[in-house]
Amino acid sequence: MPIALSINGVFCALPDGMPPDTPLLDILRNTLGLTGTRFGCGLEQCGACMVLVDGRPVQACTAALDSVAGKQITTVEGLAGADGALHPLQKAFLDEQAGQCGYCLSGILVSAKALLDANSSPSRGEIAAALDGNLCRCGSHVRILKAVERAAAAMRAEG
Amino acid sequence: MNDAVTLPLSLTSNPRLDLWVRFQDDRTVRVASGKVEMGQGIVTALAQIAAEELDLPLDRVRLLSGSTEHGPDELYTTSSLSVMVSGASIRLVCAEARALLAEQAALRLNCAPADLDVADGAFVRGGEATGLDYWDVASAVDWSQAPTGRAAPKPAAAYRVVGQAVPRADLPAKLTGRGEAFIHDMQPAGMVHARTLRQPGRDAVLQSLDEAALRRASGDPGLRIVRRANFAAFVSGSERAAEKAARFAETHARWAGPRTLSPAMGEGAWLVGRPSDLREIGAPPADTTDAAGTVAATFTRPYIAHASMAPSVALARYDGGTLTIWSHGQGMHPLRKNVAAVLGLDPGRVVCHHRHGPGCYGHNGADDAALDAAIVAVALPGETVRLQWRREEEFAYEPVSPAMSVSVRVAVDADGWPFDWTQEIWAPSHVQRPGTGTGYMLAHEALENPPPPVQATDPPEERGGGGTRNAVPLYRVGAHRIRHHLVLEGPVRTSALRGLGAPVNVFAIEAMMDDLAARAGQDPLAYRLALLDDPRARAVLERTAAMAGWAGRGPGGDGKGLGIAFARYKNMAAYSAVAVAVTVADDVRLDHVWSATDAGLVINPDGARNQLEGGIVQAASFALKEAVKLDGGGIASRDWDAYPILRFSEVPPVDVELIGSADDPALGMGECTVGPTCAAIGNAVAHALGKRICDMPLDRDRIMAALLA
Repeated sequence: MPIALSINGVFCALPDGMPPDTPLLDILRNTLGLTGTRFGCGLEQCGACMVLVDGRPVQACTAALDSVAGKQITTVEGLAGADGALHPLQKAFLDEQAGQCGYCLSGILVSAKALLDANSSPSRGEIAAALDGNLCRCGSHVRILKAVERAAAAMRAEG
Repeated sequence: MNDAVTLPLSLTSNPRLDLWVRFQDDRTVRVASGKVEMGQGIVTALAQIAAEELDLPLDRVRLLSGSTEHGPDELYTTSSLSVMVSGASIRLVCAEARALLAEQAALRLNCAPADLDVADGAFVRGGEATGLDYWDVASAVDWSQAPTGRAAPKPAAAYRVVGQAVPRADLPAKLTGRGEAFIHDMQPAGMVHARTLRQPGRDAVLQSLDEAALRRASGDPGLRIVRRANFAAFVSGSERAAEKAARFAETHARWAGPRTLSPAMGEGAWLVGRPSDLREIGAPPADTTDAAGTVAATFTRPYIAHASMAPSVALARYDGGTLTIWSHGQGMHPLRKNVAAVLGLDPGRVVCHHRHGPGCYGHNGADDAALDAAIVAVALPGETVRLQWRREEEFAYEPVSPAMSVSVRVAVDADGWPFDWTQEIWAPSHVQRPGTGTGYMLAHEALENPPPPVQATDPPEERGGGGTRNAVPLYRVGAHRIRHHLVLEGPVRTSALRGLGAPVNVFAIEAMMDDLAARAGQDPLAYRLALLDDPRARAVLERTAAMAGWAGRGPGGDGKGLGIAFARYKNMAAYSAVAVAVTVADDVRLDHVWSATDAGLVINPDGARNQLEGGIVQAASFALKEAVKLDGGGIASRDWDAYPILRFSEVPPVDVELIGSADDPALGMGECTVGPTCAAIGNAVAHALGKRICDMPLDRDRIMAALLA
């Protein structure tokens, strides 16, 4: 039976014979063309490839196909609505201009979504702890922390 | 009209208006720059300058950056010069374009050009629409003519777009993950993936590579292997297969004569006494035996990685006549010339397009990956090759920022003021960019006819120097001299990283200022101000001190420290002071950072603050954590565990202010906080401990050693 993955609420059929140890990141980028999830290190050290698997942040570079089959996967492409409406996190990152090169941002947005889904009023320290597995080399940390706080406030206001 | 204008080098090198500006049929204007986006927001700032001079809203300006096909050659994007050089060029060109278009409109309207105003690209006379706009008359202008710089740009007081905080145009795509935000995301139809086997040192010779075993390990029986002398690349429709092949090759290839290094070679101290070229700059040697005292110390830093968030990548396609390359390197025109020279192609048949990559902060593996991709593409005509370095390849083979040793010796008078200052610097080359005659793209050394070994060199003093960057304090220190030992051969390839030698020289100078102040029984801020004449320098120091609550600074020695430092980047770009509060236990915790900067006219204040903040955080990472580690096989720190950088939980609140005047010319500011941040951290730690640590990084081992000493 062909394997299918549920990604951003859509069932995506995979080609027959895909090895069960194929990394999810490879499937997202090269099989499905979902290039928003980024390769950084391949060693679960940088967080650039963070996705949600059943709501939990997981680094896609080492997550094998057979470990995610049948689970709900959310990537950065799935944060905005189908109509293109940005997620409050994305809006807040734009409002704060939180980013320089931007390469780390999709992983950070995903980690931040996992945090805000579990904790609607995180402290600055809790945000930093939730993002500690995500590296940023440009030094955009301060703006990113502010942006996550801003998004949390906006999401609380929306209820 | 302007009289006697000295044109920027970019304009004299690219003397055609149509290389810079083109009025397009969709009522937009394409403005081209040779400078490229690396996360620093330059594309947005340059578009603001163009929109200002053309009296256009920003959304009518399309900035084309880094194209050898359509844009100007502005060499590399370096040294915080893009606004000062490319921005100045675009300002003159756009002012001239507006004047030429107004002349044409005036001819048709039978009026004087001065009678015409422009609103959203349309000509207006006496408040009335004329029915003519830029695009109506653009075809009447000869755009092949050279820019003259005769049209006077607007005065700063008239600016409406420049000086406004403008959101970055490239950020939305990077936040939604949709589209080709980065070069890494390009997937043209039929693209194949490639990885390389790296030559472990320029003298290493590939003895054997079991290609059959390698194909089996890759899982792709059709894996193609491109070999030229000591270069090998593995090509597959499957990225994973190419990656597996490269991993197998790295562990199974047999080499003769690979380089062997030792951990000690990675220390700044190793450089002292190595074969070098000595330059003596400044005052002649002086007899200071009558000094009331001398203060001397030696400061070091190890090699530092660019540590970009992603490994380098390039795409290349060769159709038998033209080679097309997509790269995230810092200069597309130099890349074209360099690749053409290595591969024996006519530069006119090589086209290079810049695409966004991860922040590089200097010369990382991007150019090298472009040559790698080009070699493979030429071997496989008609195929689009995407060649990506492995993560460990980027750490192990990118050029790194030099280790340095800086010894400062200061003679002081009876009142504790300096009157003779010697700064003795040992460092290998700070710039080994390809095409400058002093550096090569890595794979060139693996080909049949490798280039001769590079000759050590550094940027000249008038461009800010390399190892000597910021080695001259702005303080009145009496006679000043530099003894610069340019080390002829370092253990690893080195090249430009944000600030070049400035972080170490400023770290040394500002440590010395604190120690001189302490010796004289003075407050470090007051001591500095007493030796500083330039009002802009004084202003950033005074403002930073006020932001940090300097007046309430504690006694020190109790684990809490507050340090301050200042530099004017290259002694000719932006002025910046930084204050840092720390708590030191067994390691250093940053509690708060404050900084005031004077960069003169600031094009995009929000983008500028972003650069200042980023420079501070990155420099804090350099100062506290970073060291490239060497061992027998070369660079041993090949992942983020072995090369840690500052994390979210370690980043303090950072407050930055821009305090310059828009009436002063724009000064490059992307690198100005790096030196003062390293130095302020060093001073804060010294204040907290009551002891000076002179070697970066100020990590746990060094703190413990200082506490136990």
